[in-house]
Amino acid sequence: MSGKLPYKSIEYFFMSLNGKSIDLLRWMKSNLFSSSLNTLLTIISLWIIYVSVPPFIQWALLDANWVGSSRDDCSREGACWVYIGFWFKQIMYGRYPETEVWRVNVSYILLVGALIPLFISGFKHKGLLTLFLLFVYPIISYFLFIGDSFGLPLVETSLWGGLFLTLVISLVGIVASLPIGIMLALGRRSSMPIVSAISIGFIEIWRGVPLITVLFMSSVMFPLFLPEGMNFDKLIRALVGVMLFSAAYIAEVVRGGLQAVPKGQIEAAEALGMSYWNTMGLIVMPQALKMVIPGIVNSFIALFKDTTLVLTIGLFDLLGTIQIIGTNADWLGFHIEGYVFTAFIFWTFCFGMSRYSMHLEKKLHTGH
Amino acid sequence: MSEQVDVQPNIEQSISNDPMIKLNGVHKWFGDFHVLKDINLTVNRGERIVICGPSGSGKSTLIRCINHLEEHQHGQIFVEGTELTGDLKHVEQIRREVGMVFQQFNLFPHLTILDNLTLAPIWVRKLPKKEAEELAMKYLERVKIPEQANKYPGQLSGGQQQRVAIARSLCMNPKIMLFDEPTSALDPEMIKEVLDAMIELAHEGMTMLCVTHEMGFAKTVANRVIFMDEGQIIEEKEPIEFFNNPQNDRTKLFLSQILAH
Repeated sequence: MSGKLPYKSIEYFFMSLNGKSIDLLRWMKSNLFSSSLNTLLTIISLWIIYVSVPPFIQWALLDANWVGSSRDDCSREGACWVYIGFWFKQIMYGRYPETEVWRVNVSYILLVGALIPLFISGFKHKGLLTLFLLFVYPIISYFLFIGDSFGLPLVETSLWGGLFLTLVISLVGIVASLPIGIMLALGRRSSMPIVSAISIGFIEIWRGVPLITVLFMSSVMFPLFLPEGMNFDKLIRALVGVMLFSAAYIAEVVRGGLQAVPKGQIEAAEALGMSYWNTMGLIVMPQALKMVIPGIVNSFIALFKDTTLVLTIGLFDLLGTIQIIGTNADWLGFHIEGYVFTAFIFWTFCFGMSRYSMHLEKKLHTGH
Repeated sequence: MSEQVDVQPNIEQSISNDPMIKLNGVHKWFGDFHVLKDINLTVNRGERIVICGPSGSGKSTLIRCINHLEEHQHGQIFVEGTELTGDLKHVEQIRREVGMVFQQFNLFPHLTILDNLTLAPIWVRKLPKKEAEELAMKYLERVKIPEQANKYPGQLSGGQQQRVAIARSLCMNPKIMLFDEPTSALDPEMIKEVLDAMIELAHEGMTMLCVTHEMGFAKTVANRVIFMDEGQIIEEKEPIEFFNNPQNDRTKLFLSQILAH
């Protein structure tokens, strides 16, 4: 629509509106009511939306109680988010001492502060910042969280919990399982029989066992094999289990990418005199990883959600904390709010990861 | 290497009696398939050899054995006096001296043209980045596409990509260049630009082995033409002799088929 006149007269306005409504009808006819089966499906879908969405909004938003400090502030007509507010510290940090919570927050701020520049195109020291995030940040955070040095009081890992624990387990799992997975994938395709046999054996064993078994083994069986008096922290055992479990999946995803890189790429690199590690690190891996970004992120999302299984070995992550406070005698009957809130947090993180992977795919696309 | 390209060199004079590549009774099998049968070949410094033959005759396999992309199972291959064995150190050393251009270009699609050219000089020859970039621009100018330096391979035409591939090999300062059907994957109008780049290289005295069906190229550039069939070298002659007076029936048949139209 060009020219000066289009909406000047009311008539013209109605004409164009009319045109649009005709477009809408045409669209509905071709997409929603094109056959009797489609019409039926459309009606069923509309009915499901009608019976589920409005009552949920009514419950979660319109009839909900938002402010208050005790159970008495809940009218029980809708959701009572006062419940979440009351237990917020526990949900976020578990039993981490209230006076020490700032240490966790400092680590969060450090993480977010270091991540933001990575998303700004044109920021020059991305390499350095990435190295900081991968090698320096975990060390700083470790000492912050556990304390017992630099004048900070010790906070035992058994006190860690809530969303904080979920993030610790999943971030360590994600960051550590990627390099391990890559090495396993390379190992599986190695021409050296021992290396490839070990890699295949490792991958197949970890992939063939449920995570819950891995966690049980790490917390119940593993200590039996250790000499008397020797003991590892329960959290560390769980971390190692999650890490290796996830690495086996990552390895298979990465292997798919490796197989999709044309043989000519390796030959070209070899013909230039490049060594195996240079060929893999500079030529094959960048292309392979780019192709499997969706698969890797998929594994990470699965890992993030699977961390809830640590509940079975007595670690209280986000979901575990919600279950505990659900049994508090003063607040019985608010488990729905708890689970909805947990689901919302999990969904937010997973959706974020998914969007980031789409962004990465677009950014790394070089037109071939 | 000089920046100046000598327009009228006497190509014949540049050949010396100095063997750079020597193959002694080389055999190779792919499973049961005997792909190379008793290959004996000597290539002297500055010599330009064209290898032709029907598909499946082993010509690509032959030149791929020279930089050990394929492993021969019997006989000996010497490149600049070093014998090619399974020893990785020797293999990597030889590959630095031997450049290769592939039928499918095999540029690295995730890197810019400039990065494609500087990667091996930086990581293999350990050149400083700046020096490697200067070197890369020099060779991009030589193949006449310096303006493409910051694009990705996917944005270039086939002919341009193949010229980048030639420049990428030259950045390693190779003493020998292997060409494996460099123009077979190109649209007809792009073949000339690639052949021109190869002819220029020949004028500079590069030792070259080309697997190609470009008989015009063979006539103007080659010192020797080798005809292969079923894994054997059937005929080996100077180009004029080869095209005007082929001896073997199979050579005659092949020439009649590719020169017929």
